[in-house]
Amino acid sequence: MTDILNIARGGRLGIYVRAFIGLLARDVRVLRRDFIPFLLRTVMNPVMFTFVFAYVLPKIGEGFHGGGAADFGTILVPGLMAVAMIFQGIAAVALPLVNEFGRTREIEDRIMAPLPVAGVAIEKIVFGAMQSIVAALVVFPVVAVIPAAPVSVHVASWPLLIVVLLLASLISGAFGLTIGTLFRPQQVPLIFSIIVVPVTFLGCVYYPWQLLDPLPVLRYAVLVNPVVYISEGLRAALTPDVPHMHPAAFLSAMLVLLTILGSAALRLFLRRVTG
Amino acid sequence: MSGTSAEPTILIESLVKRYPNSSVKAVDGIDLDVHHGEIFGLLGPNGAGKTTTIGVCTTRVIATSGRVRVVGIDVGGDPARVKQFIGVVTQYSTLDRSLTALENLIFHARYFGAGARDAKRRAEILLERFRLKDASMRLPDELSGGMAQRLQIARAIGHGPKVLFLDEPTAGLDPQSRLSLWELVRQLRDEGTTILLTTHNMEEADELCDRIAIIDHGRILVCDTPERLKQQTTTKTEIHLDFPEPPHGLLKALRELPGIDSAVAVPEGIRILASGQNGLLQRVVEAAHGHALQHVSVKTPTLETVFIELTGRALRD
Repeated sequence: MTDILNIARGGRLGIYVRAFIGLLARDVRVLRRDFIPFLLRTVMNPVMFTFVFAYVLPKIGEGFHGGGAADFGTILVPGLMAVAMIFQGIAAVALPLVNEFGRTREIEDRIMAPLPVAGVAIEKIVFGAMQSIVAALVVFPVVAVIPAAPVSVHVASWPLLIVVLLLASLISGAFGLTIGTLFRPQQVPLIFSIIVVPVTFLGCVYYPWQLLDPLPVLRYAVLVNPVVYISEGLRAALTPDVPHMHPAAFLSAMLVLLTILGSAALRLFLRRVTG
Repeated sequence: MSGTSAEPTILIESLVKRYPNSSVKAVDGIDLDVHHGEIFGLLGPNGAGKTTTIGVCTTRVIATSGRVRVVGIDVGGDPARVKQFIGVVTQYSTLDRSLTALENLIFHARYFGAGARDAKRRAEILLERFRLKDASMRLPDELSGGMAQRLQIARAIGHGPKVLFLDEPTAGLDPQSRLSLWELVRQLRDEGTTILLTTHNMEEADELCDRIAIIDHGRILVCDTPERLKQQTTTKTEIHLDFPEPPHGLLKALRELPGIDSAVAVPEGIRILASGQNGLLQRVVEAAHGHALQHVSVKTPTLETVFIELTGRALRD
């Protein structure tokens, strides 16, 4: 029975590509089975945020204001998308990986797939990026329904939006992979307190970066946070009337971050695998 | 495939592995060749370097120095290509916990390039062959130890590898599962798969392997067929004396008897290796008189005897 799979067809690149697709198909299968939890973790955050900040607070007269004429709901949309994306990178890539490395060691099976180990790591990033884009898009119906006052979101530039979403999703995947290789299973609660909470709260999610003018130290300190560029990039693409960074600034920062996070993630992954 | 037909299926030359932050070498200069279609066993105690050696052969551990070629391909130079031709079963389960037994086999075949329909067909044949059909929809955590191990092996051969690596394949299995696993491994060998396995179970090494290498402290002590290794011992008889508590002064008396090469205290009593035979047992029992001797067993040399002669320790000491 053990007839040999004729894997040599299509040459080396063909073998790698088929292995990569196989790995992706496996992840999609698992995601389909866990679709309800995926939906919940994706929807819950934007729903709660929008409900409290764009419905409850305005209704009781306690809403925030900032960003010129735009109302808070409008300011919040790109920020919420940014948080949703980066959080998806952690939930979809980092958390499963922490377990697969530390507890079940089942990652070793996928490491034996006939492609370079870096390919396995890149598949993780790509799959995380795909989920992160879904998480970003989920924000649209949420903000269309919940807020007390209608938010004003319109795509100012499709190419810009697509480039920002692509870069942001890959950054989220690479960020998730980096974290997934750095933490042990017992340290998972730490991921939330020392990573998720600060990058969210200091990610220019609730206010445009320009408004940090009165706090110059903070204004420059937050520039290490990838969420800042994702928020600002989405602001430029979706709510151009709200103050935002110049596209040249956030695009080049995103490219630099993606390079740094991507290469760190690959190096850490390889180190974990081949100790 | 590259490499000449005369080259062994697995060729290990001067392999050294020192892990970061470790002062000792896990593998300390191993040379080995495993030929096509044989079951080759690495026999040694825990920590001897067996798993590390397999780790290097299977691309999962990077060698400090030395060279390993599997089916003619340099493992360090082209690991992605080596992975096409090998199957690996590790000591611990690496089954995909998020997938059913059937899906574990399906996606493994897909990693190796099978289309969706072909992968399913192969998976079903494997489930049938490995008597896992009833478990096809179960998750790995719901399988018994024996079933999980069969599934791991089924998965490892799912792409038809030329070489199969089994790291302690029967550790933790009940005797019946162990026997059926041995049978499976023999079948795979008979179908032309080359098998390198590690074990610290001398019975497994003796029964299952065509050749074995005894390994300790990262070095190979001897390498031959189990039969020849046992013939080469100077020990002709191994005698075990069981006592309820350690007997005083008996060891010294035993060591002075003619024909006895060594007598050492072991948890159950005393273990004697002897090269002389005539009247020896009687002299030993006489010497033990008055020491509450409970039980005597006499064995012809086993691989354990070989290991004791070479290291002065039992495999499980």
